[in-house]
Amino acid sequence: MTHTRILSEIQDIMRRVFDNEDLNIVEATTAKDIREWDSLSHIELIVAIEKHFHFKFTLKEVQSFHNVGEMCGAIAQKVS
Amino acid sequence: MSQPFRVGSLRHREQSKFLSVCRVKCVVMMVSFADLKANLKKDFSGLRCVRVAVASDSAMQHFTVALRASGYEAGLDLIIHDAGYDQIERSIFDPSSDLYGFGPQCIVILHWVEKLFERFQRTPPAERSGFADVHLSLVRSLIEAVGRNSQSRFLYANFPEFSDGVYGNYSSKLTTSWLFQIRKINFELMALAREFPNLFINDLAVLAARHGALAMRDAKLAVSAHMAFALDFLPILATNTVRIICAIEGRTRKCLVLDLDNTLWGGVIGDDGLENIEIGGLGIGSAFTRVQLWAKQLKQRGIVLAVCSKNTESVALEPFKKHPDMVLRQEDIAVFVANWESKVDNIRHIRSVLEIGLDAMVFVDDSPVERELVRNALPEVFVPEMPEDPAEFAETLQRLELFETASITEEDADRTLQYQQEARRRELVTTFQGAEDFLRSLEMVAAVEAFTPFNAPRVAQLTQRSNQFNLRTVRYTEEDIRRIASSSAHRGFAYSLADKFGSYGLICVVILRSQERELLIDTWLMSCRVLKRGMEHFVLNHLVRAGREAGFTALVGEYLPTAKNALVKDHYASLGFSRCIQNGAELWRLKFVDFVSTPNHIKNS
Repeated sequence: MTHTRILSEIQDIMRRVFDNEDLNIVEATTAKDIREWDSLSHIELIVAIEKHFHFKFTLKEVQSFHNVGEMCGAIAQKVS
Repeated sequence: MSQPFRVGSLRHREQSKFLSVCRVKCVVMMVSFADLKANLKKDFSGLRCVRVAVASDSAMQHFTVALRASGYEAGLDLIIHDAGYDQIERSIFDPSSDLYGFGPQCIVILHWVEKLFERFQRTPPAERSGFADVHLSLVRSLIEAVGRNSQSRFLYANFPEFSDGVYGNYSSKLTTSWLFQIRKINFELMALAREFPNLFINDLAVLAARHGALAMRDAKLAVSAHMAFALDFLPILATNTVRIICAIEGRTRKCLVLDLDNTLWGGVIGDDGLENIEIGGLGIGSAFTRVQLWAKQLKQRGIVLAVCSKNTESVALEPFKKHPDMVLRQEDIAVFVANWESKVDNIRHIRSVLEIGLDAMVFVDDSPVERELVRNALPEVFVPEMPEDPAEFAETLQRLELFETASITEEDADRTLQYQQEARRRELVTTFQGAEDFLRSLEMVAAVEAFTPFNAPRVAQLTQRSNQFNLRTVRYTEEDIRRIASSSAHRGFAYSLADKFGSYGLICVVILRSQERELLIDTWLMSCRVLKRGMEHFVLNHLVRAGREAGFTALVGEYLPTAKNALVKDHYASLGFSRCIQNGAELWRLKFVDFVSTPNHIKNS
């Protein structure tokens, strides 16, 4: 699965979890850029991504993401 | 399941439709946290408000979201106070805490089993056999503090039972093992709940056993976010919590309506005949025996059973009378309807005989067509989706926890007999010329008692369950009733009625509160089984007599409308009370000097 494809699927998930249909993300997007992305909705996001791609992040992975791009990288490795 | 307060509004109908969709979905798959959360955007106006405080030693923000969203599905607008992370002891023991300031009607406490487990692991081995007792004494002191500081109900979650992998199966033999201690806590919590009527156990152990420890927690979220539960387990726990709140609020189901062919036995009685229907040893009969055994258990508990079947009545009755393997017999069924009319009309008929709300009924039928017809026409009736395979019928029904309750009294068990007596009374009515003749012929005798430890459970139960003949619909627990019994400002009366066909038991409750020289009627409720018997006149005569003797001058009543008590809208007017407006509230006053006692056909015992 390509990064672009993953990015677009994550964008769909984020729109749903953050309840914002106009949300657009790029690889450099971080939680600071999105008003609805706080520590609580972050948990919902992680769980939604895990359900969508059928895998589980590890504790370390969840804590190591600095932006959306790094998250996509981790997902790409898991689903390849 | 339960009705919001303003029936008839568009929103209500939309919700009913939504509910029936949800019901179907619940059986097929569990509702996810994300789906449930969408409820928060719905319109909560008109739903009954209940104030709920939540305290835990784990992070509960997502749980409070799930709780409010589950409340919506049950027709409740839950106003939730989150005591904050790890604030159980501080907020419960401190009488001036924000939690008490919030004025909760229910306090939900969740001690996280993983923290409890860590405390166990850090306990010196020599002290481990006393570990459960230490925790239980903490829980006891929490309940006592809640009792001192508020009148809130207390919902305490018990614990999932898991092995720590130290002794294996041998754990059961050792009082110092984790499994021994956690099981002891769960067992003793039941004893504590028996001791404190205000304590209700939120049965997490059952949920964990049903859904599995793996589905219950998310190790990553436990470590990184102090979340005791996986996100998608929260709807399960929240729904269970809401069930208890509904029961406390008096929203309980009272009647199970059963189809016959391929629901209570395999095959079609009209085609296959008595010898060939599958029940007991024949064919897949044991699957249906299980359903019948469960229905019988419910009947013994006080749930009323009714039959609604497309059949010729004499044919449908045959198995109940003659088949040796039938668990249910004719006397177990309060209302038996077998004809070729629509089931929707027949369920309406059953409802009117039993004088209960449609939302107190559950309808079980193997036919998807009949289920859908009933769901569409009577959205308040709960119609569980049934699996295709009869082997799964009994467990599917049991898993739904359809008959949650907040109290059980001995009278419950007699209810089927009471409805059968009522059916005989109805037959009698037709043979008399007028109502007066009929009432006289009943030879009614009533008894009045103050509140006592013996009648407190039934009194509390009536306040929780009576919806129609209930002037102010204030719900009380047993403990509240005991408090009222010992309060000098209050007077409580419990009325029982019997006639020549049998006893109705305790059927009316009045709670008065004195204010200077007047008596305010805090509660006046009556079981609908004794409507049109003249009982309200008997009660009023008694209240005036008791009031006069104690030196009071008047009774002051109030009618607070709900979706269900329109029946008593004109109660005070028809008894001769005069309307008055006081501080913006509409009240009804009866001065004793103006009162002439009303004749009735009830003797004082």
